[in-house]
Amino acid sequence: MSQLKEKLLSSFIAFEEQKNVDSYVHGIRTRAIKKFEEEGFPTKRLENWKYTSLKKTLNYDYKLFPTTTEALEFKDIKDYLIDDIESYKIIFVDGKYCSHLSETTHDGMDICILSSSLSQSKYDLVIENYFDKIAKKDGITSLNTAFSSEGSYIHIPKNVQVDKPIQIVYFSTGKNESVLYQPRNLIVVDENSHVEIIERHQSLSSNSILVNSVSEIYCNQRSIVQHYKIQDDNRNASLIDNTFISQQRNSDYTLHTFSFGGELTRNNLSIFQNGERIESTIKGITIIGENQHVDHNTLIHHKEPNCNSYQDYKGIFGENSVGVFNGQVLVEKEAQKTNAFQANNNILISDKATINTKPQLEIFADDVKCSHGCTVGQLDKNALFYLRSRGIPEKEASALLMFGFANKVLSSVSIPEVKTRVNNIIAKKLGVKIGFDI
Amino acid sequence: MSKYTEDDLKKELETKEYEYGFYTDIESDTLPVGLNEEIIVAISKKKEEPEWMTDWRLDAFKKWNEMKEPEWANVNYEKPDLQKISYYSAPSNKPKYNSLDEVDPELLETFKKLGISVDEQKKLAGVAVDVVIDSVSVATSFKDTLKEKGIIFCSMNEAIKEHPELVKKYIGTVIPKTDNYYAALNSAVFSDGSFCYIPKGVKCPMELSTYFRINEAGTGQFERTLVVADKGSYVSYLEGCSAPSRDENQLHATVVELIALDDAEIKYSTVQNWYPGDNEGKGGVFNFVTKRGVCGNNAKISWTQVETGSAVTWKYPSCVLKGKNSIGEFYSIAVTNNFQQADTGTKMIHIGENTKSTIISKGISAGKSQNSYRGLVKINPKAKNSRNFSQCDSLLIGNACGAHTFPYIETKNKSAKIEHEATTSKIGEDQIFYCNQRGIDTEKAIALIVNGFSKEVLNKLPMEFAVEAQKLLEISLEGSVG
Repeated sequence: MSQLKEKLLSSFIAFEEQKNVDSYVHGIRTRAIKKFEEEGFPTKRLENWKYTSLKKTLNYDYKLFPTTTEALEFKDIKDYLIDDIESYKIIFVDGKYCSHLSETTHDGMDICILSSSLSQSKYDLVIENYFDKIAKKDGITSLNTAFSSEGSYIHIPKNVQVDKPIQIVYFSTGKNESVLYQPRNLIVVDENSHVEIIERHQSLSSNSILVNSVSEIYCNQRSIVQHYKIQDDNRNASLIDNTFISQQRNSDYTLHTFSFGGELTRNNLSIFQNGERIESTIKGITIIGENQHVDHNTLIHHKEPNCNSYQDYKGIFGENSVGVFNGQVLVEKEAQKTNAFQANNNILISDKATINTKPQLEIFADDVKCSHGCTVGQLDKNALFYLRSRGIPEKEASALLMFGFANKVLSSVSIPEVKTRVNNIIAKKLGVKIGFDI
Repeated sequence: MSKYTEDDLKKELETKEYEYGFYTDIESDTLPVGLNEEIIVAISKKKEEPEWMTDWRLDAFKKWNEMKEPEWANVNYEKPDLQKISYYSAPSNKPKYNSLDEVDPELLETFKKLGISVDEQKKLAGVAVDVVIDSVSVATSFKDTLKEKGIIFCSMNEAIKEHPELVKKYIGTVIPKTDNYYAALNSAVFSDGSFCYIPKGVKCPMELSTYFRINEAGTGQFERTLVVADKGSYVSYLEGCSAPSRDENQLHATVVELIALDDAEIKYSTVQNWYPGDNEGKGGVFNFVTKRGVCGNNAKISWTQVETGSAVTWKYPSCVLKGKNSIGEFYSIAVTNNFQQADTGTKMIHIGENTKSTIISKGISAGKSQNSYRGLVKINPKAKNSRNFSQCDSLLIGNACGAHTFPYIETKNKSAKIEHEATTSKIGEDQIFYCNQRGIDTEKAIALIVNGFSKEVLNKLPMEFAVEAQKLLEISLEGSVG
């Protein structure tokens, strides 16, 4: 673990030399690497990492910058995109932007890449106002900040309804090496605008990949943001996904996280409500099996009155998988009339599987309605019997029940193609060939 | 009549003085302040303890020296200086009473003020009271009735001398000396406490109870209770606390160990009303308690607590469900007011098959207080078909207080069923309006609602205790509970 830390610290100087030292971001990066030097990687001793250990993940000899890259054709990546809809695409291959596969725009809005916005002065104002403003200053996020150079940059100005969804996909092809990637996304949605974003990280090799991603999303007044994270990576890829959302008055942010793949997936999600009448909805489906570990760590910070938040996470855990849910709802004294709901339901289908859940409410205001519910259970034997007595084989019957269990989360997905894709992944994951389309 | 609003209630809560703050002037025999090996040996010597006990204490002290005071709880307080406490204080000429007439009249006055005078208790409900004033047992009643059944109910000190084989066998088995900082400290310096042994198949005919009080200024109270219920036996044990008004913070670090062997049942009820400090947050008792029980096959342990006092409470009565089909229960009401802080909850460790646990926790916060529930439900891989139900409700009165929930749920078995629910709310205006509409004034309405809110837990208290629990709720939320 410390080896990797040393490596990162020493390579920072070389990395920073290639960059413009006079730039605004240089100061931020330098401060961030200092912070990382102090804090290091999180250990199980930290309350927030109690159930997730990075020890094994950090033991690989990661390259910090991929040495080989492979040219990809559209046919190579087609399977990993939602390809049956029109969409903007920001595609990265081995940490580098791949223009021939992407479809970006500067026409009335900016859907492009972070490296160009960092280097052009016309974006300075946005960068200075938004970059690294809400990202936490803990070890793992600071590490990303220190090396932040590439990722997606989306700026939707006032009153724009983005005509098609935006897909952000990071591929890694590294043939003979383990690589650590640190993508950085900055998404600013101005007043009255609406955007849909689909995000994915995909490894195309069988080497160990670690992605430490940070996204900052700003939802200004009355904006609507629908965000989808599809996590169905190779078994040897790990992901630490840090997402920070700042919401202004009357904005509406919805996130669906679908976690099916990867060796270790850690989702750090923080939503800060900075105005009145804000809606925040976060939902997730987790279905994992052998040697997999998924940890959802969420925070909803209610700072102002009359806001709502809704959380619904469902999980199905097989083999020796480990599931963690750590949901925190913080209601400040000023945030009267808050409605906060949090649900976490889990099914264990193997004796070796583990689920650790810790839903927390911290409330300082009296006129609020806050509740959380959390369950751990199994499939209903009677329901299973009912299906089997009607000629449905056991495997399909239990798959149907599990699908029904997870379906509540899917019902609020606004893009039908995303729903179909997730349905297909679930069917594949449960090893059945039935379609779940309704 | 002018309208009684929540603000009025709040005002009343703030101005309500601690009624039971008084100080009984009894001559005490107190050891010099400070903590070192000599003091521990001196305590042991004063108690005329056998050598194995002295060694046990010294070993605990050694381990305690290597430990650090825990800081993870959701409470803020100035750490007590453990070197400035006197670790032993006993009423001077230790009398051995057979009847109440011989008891110091001043002592009897103490009980009268508390509304639980020994004679009243004796007549009323057939409760055997083992009175502990400043750590040393001075009066024991109903001993003869218990003796007939073979039940041993005496002070810890007596038990060490008279039943060393039992004490040696069970002490520290549920809560090891090194369990936590305060348990280790208690193991080293515990002054006295109660010991209770129920033989095989015996159903204890009466509720056993002990009253603890902190009496001498500046003395920490380190009680140690050990209850052993042998196979197939039953006991209901009551514990009640009240402390006089004192300005400096007093430390209270208790250890309670329960052992329910196969088919046994222990019901342990607590009413805690230590001095909570004044309405500016000055003074008050620090209550750092370690309570844990172990269940054998088909055994049952049930914790019921009403927590109204103490400036800082840090208490997690737990059940280790080791045996098959064992049951653990936890019912709690925690009321905090002014600057009180409570971080309380339970741990249910499911080890055996078909184990069941229920957790019902009600938190009421008023004034500037902070009330946290912290609980752990752990299902081990071998605990097939285990079942847990948890419910944590919080009620907030006023907007300066806080209510927090930190449940930890760890499951390693696919046949386990776990449900957890938590809600936080205030007394709804519509609820009060509904009552008003039906001719119930606001004061009574609030009383009705708070009472209904905590009823699930109050119902679990033994009859004899429910009265006192109600009384204590009244002190904390005067005007709201009728």
